[in-house]
Amino acid sequence: MSENLTIRGHQGIGGKVTAVALVGGDNFSARYDLDRINGVFSRPAHALYGQNYVDRVLVLNTAKGGVATSWMLREMKSRGMAPAALLLNASNPIMAQGAAFAGLAFMDRFDDDITKLINTGDTVTVDPKLGVVTVVRC
Amino acid sequence: MNLNGYEKSILAGEFGYPRQQALHQQIEVGRFFDAVDFVEISQVHLMADTESLGETGIEYLEELAKCPEQDRKVTVPTVTDPRGIDLCRYRMLKQKQEWATLEQRAIVAFESFGILMTNTCINYQIVQAPVFGEHIAFGDTGSVIYANSVCGARSNFEGGPAALCAAFTGRVPRYGYHLDRQRHATHCFTVDFEPVDLADWGALGAVIGQRTGSYWNVPLLTGIQTSPTSDQLKHFGAALASYGSVPLFHMDGITPEAQNISTLFAESNSSLPTETISTKDIKTFYAKQGRHKGKVDVVVMAAPQLSLLEMQDIAEMIAGRHVHDNTDFVVATAPEIKTACDRMGITKTLEDAGVILLEGVCFYQMYARETGYANGWKNLVSNSAKLVNIIQGYDYVPVLATTEQCVDAAVSGSL
Repeated sequence: MSENLTIRGHQGIGGKVTAVALVGGDNFSARYDLDRINGVFSRPAHALYGQNYVDRVLVLNTAKGGVATSWMLREMKSRGMAPAALLLNASNPIMAQGAAFAGLAFMDRFDDDITKLINTGDTVTVDPKLGVVTVVRC
Repeated sequence: MNLNGYEKSILAGEFGYPRQQALHQQIEVGRFFDAVDFVEISQVHLMADTESLGETGIEYLEELAKCPEQDRKVTVPTVTDPRGIDLCRYRMLKQKQEWATLEQRAIVAFESFGILMTNTCINYQIVQAPVFGEHIAFGDTGSVIYANSVCGARSNFEGGPAALCAAFTGRVPRYGYHLDRQRHATHCFTVDFEPVDLADWGALGAVIGQRTGSYWNVPLLTGIQTSPTSDQLKHFGAALASYGSVPLFHMDGITPEAQNISTLFAESNSSLPTETISTKDIKTFYAKQGRHKGKVDVVVMAAPQLSLLEMQDIAEMIAGRHVHDNTDFVVATAPEIKTACDRMGITKTLEDAGVILLEGVCFYQMYARETGYANGWKNLVSNSAKLVNIIQGYDYVPVLATTEQCVDAAVSGSL
């Protein structure tokens, strides 16, 4: 029997997507943390070090410094090496600008800590226009 | 968002496709951050290295460049952040021809927009510093935090695509650090430590950045005893922005909005969380960076690019010595500073000592992973806390050291 959890956040950017979640209690920058060629987290100190993020709903805490992510999300998407969606507790402008440029599903500002509400492996539907994330657990 | 008549005309396509698509992107971001309207800006600093752009980013620029000239020209002065390749030196660094080709394509597109190829992250030191209250769209975290904090200007982090949009439309969504209410202090740090070297200032920025931890938090520093120099604040701000994603700081009695710190507190923030930063905290930060057991592969001075005064310092430290045979010493500066160094004999001193002097690039923005593999660079030493933070994800083992220690490491091959 499946269980659905509905999480509300601020209205986001991009279209509705469904994919499997990859969750870490850490922060995010495409420049600082990723090997974008191979689609894995490459920063040794990162909570998701070594994990593949491609086509996953990537769930992390907040945005790190650096501005390059705003170009990189589109570049990653053009090669089929991007996450399916990005969910953060708190964004900075760079992530929103990058999502708008890339057409990537992106949301932040949830009712509660999003990294605690979703588990790695959950199937997650992200609906940025409605500001709703639905988690399906079997 | 509320749009005025001009903005509605842009959206209707009356001023061409580049401005129309730009305003669409800006409205999407503005709505995301609950902006009510737009604010006009006076200048743009554009981050767009080709490593970040990739082929798809270049194609986007080239499509815009095909538009009629009156549609594609930027509306406010726009300057560029460091490029992805130093076209005069990339072969020496064993960098790929295809990267140079991408770079040349990007430059053609940018120049067709009327963008000035300054290729620097220290535009506030060498191009034109903004003034107090000036609304701008800067696109390097280090340039944003310096402009906001030291100059009292007003900018959010405007990543490359967003900065280009601002250049086309002459405005940005009015949210974040364009608003008075976002510029109040949220955290107070009493500094019981006297930074000396630029690396110390970077370490201080890193420690406070880690503790501040969000784009929406603003640290206020008290206890800084003497007025820092521009280069010291440059390294402090760059590290603070890098470790904490912080775009604004206040320094009691030093930065322009902190001349009377009682004005920095929102009513709801009359009692701020306060921490003391001690010498021990800074020593702990240095210690966490560790030390290389083996040889040093590369010493890097960059992030931010070096000012003329920093270049002079390095030249004086290494004059009459030579970089070790098994170590490379890379220094990155802006093209205008390089020209000045050529004229003043600094370039000759550095190159006679075996320094690799790069212009118009910054180390982490120039395909650092692949360039590191090609040159056998793993163990890296730098006086930039920002670089030490970023470069960990590029398969380097970085160590933060003072400027003098960096020069000594380049000469001896070890730290």
